[in-house]
Amino acid sequence: MTFVSINRRSRIVAIVLLTLLGTAVSFTAAAQGTSAPESTTWNSLKGDVFGQKTIEPADDIISIEAPKRAEDAAIVPVDLHFKTDAKTGRLKAVTLIVDENPSPVAAVFTFGKDAGVTHLATRLRINAYSYVRAIAETEDGKLHMTQTFVKASGGCSAPAMKNQDEAMASLGKMKLRVFPSNAPGTEPMTRATEMQLMIRHPNNSGLQMDQITRYYIPAHFIQGLTVSQGDRLIMSMEGGISISEDPNFRFDFDAKPGEDVKVEAADTKGKKFQDEWPLQSSSL
Amino acid sequence: MSLPTRRSVLKTGAFFVCCGVAHIRLARAQSAHATVLPVKEIAEGVFAFAGAAEMMTDKNEGEICNVSFVVGAEAVAVIDSGGSAAEGRELIAAIRATTDKPIRYLINTHMHPDHIFGNAAFGETGAIIVGHHNLPRALASRGDYYLQSYRESLGATLMADIKIVPPTKLVEGEEQLDLGNRKLTLRAWKPAHTDNDLTVFDQQSGTFFTGDLCFIDHLPTMDGSLRGWIAQLDNLKAIAATRAVPGHGPVPSNWPAALEPQQRYFEILARDIRKAIADGVPMAEAVKNAAQGERGNWDLFEEYNERNATAAFAELEWE
Repeated sequence: MTFVSINRRSRIVAIVLLTLLGTAVSFTAAAQGTSAPESTTWNSLKGDVFGQKTIEPADDIISIEAPKRAEDAAIVPVDLHFKTDAKTGRLKAVTLIVDENPSPVAAVFTFGKDAGVTHLATRLRINAYSYVRAIAETEDGKLHMTQTFVKASGGCSAPAMKNQDEAMASLGKMKLRVFPSNAPGTEPMTRATEMQLMIRHPNNSGLQMDQITRYYIPAHFIQGLTVSQGDRLIMSMEGGISISEDPNFRFDFDAKPGEDVKVEAADTKGKKFQDEWPLQSSSL
Repeated sequence: MSLPTRRSVLKTGAFFVCCGVAHIRLARAQSAHATVLPVKEIAEGVFAFAGAAEMMTDKNEGEICNVSFVVGAEAVAVIDSGGSAAEGRELIAAIRATTDKPIRYLINTHMHPDHIFGNAAFGETGAIIVGHHNLPRALASRGDYYLQSYRESLGATLMADIKIVPPTKLVEGEEQLDLGNRKLTLRAWKPAHTDNDLTVFDQQSGTFFTGDLCFIDHLPTMDGSLRGWIAQLDNLKAIAATRAVPGHGPVPSNWPAALEPQQRYFEILARDIRKAIADGVPMAEAVKNAAQGERGNWDLFEEYNERNATAAFAELEWE
């Protein structure tokens, strides 16, 4: 399983890693949030992630929903909806960015050719008052962006693990839920299936300093994930540290009855996790 | 801290009212020009200050949790240092207004800023900082973030001398501290409010210092394990205490009746979230509707309920 294959991907991975190295500085900048939305961070970030490419408005191709305030800084639910048509072609990839986080690129999702994903929900760590933005790349190569502003959480909420021993004890455990389609008038078996994939992993940021040794605790997170059905790619993800602990993805896709759903994941320590679930016709 | 403010005058006034029975060394307190935290003596040699049920702000100097100290024949133990170095200094001034005995221990009940931001003030006292064995790790994960994120609410002035000072004496299971003819029993709990909760029991007076394992009035906050917290409520109830100092709420409080409101809240929250998970309701929607009937029963419900529901959802969907 390879996660790094094309140039754009490599560059984004590099940004994730570079940002990790520059932790102290970027962390300071990141956490000094203000309540007034500004896009200065994005303006300087844009070129690093997308080069000189023009980014167009979303035009309903992609939309994003997140709470106005990050209630729990470690777990902020984010919902993405996609709508493509014959003109734009299918969606190739979506990049999810938290401007003010120490490592802004939360994840890059790449979709299989006939995956038919129209909805994807995940959970993010949000360190400070920040724009959360999603940039979709359509088949014609164009980029479309949407964003929403999230206020930082108040009180003692922190983007850190709550129950560290538990997280490590069940590292790599996966759970898949399939939600029956209730939409009226849909043909069973040909209908998009909604699914939730959960992976037990601390998804450690590496931004955590041991106050006694003054050393940073090494990062440990899921960096690659592939969901497939049969031989067909549904979705792959290159992740960073802004994805919450116990990474969680709820998405729909055009399922083919009778074929197993397979998930492969790899973390920064080189550990690989995989699991497989039969997809019963009754659940479609 | 050199000029008495209106607030310090008020506090000192309250101090006189509350602690009329204690040995007040007024001259000493005044000569130090320090504002004195208005602690009250709730049992012989047991002093506590009740924090406000508010968010930490520059106005309240982070004084939102309950802090206490116990005086033995030889030494003093402090339980939580407060939400700013300023509060820590006021607490030290309150101790010095009561006794000359050395402050041997500063016990941190858990990682949250309202309980540990005052640690830095105790540097000169020579107190040994005591905490749950998981506390250093928890502070390593959050310390820098806390220092950044509280800048906005506490302001640069208060933040200037706040440092994250981790404990050096760590507790696993149960351990006793001796203050001279007075033994405190410290107990490290499994993940509940946080994964580093520590309680203190003063055998002599029967006073139980729960840290944030017990909230009254102030909505409890979830930063550990809801299931773990619920599972340990019976062990908490079994502590044969005469009175309790909760992490937040009236000082003193009746024990174990003090646990009843939070137990009700936990059960309702868990029930609502479990149902949402079973019904396939997405997290974002489920957290808005959970435990809404509890709204009128708590302070800071708006600030913390959705966060609690979020943490509960993420935890309970692995059941």
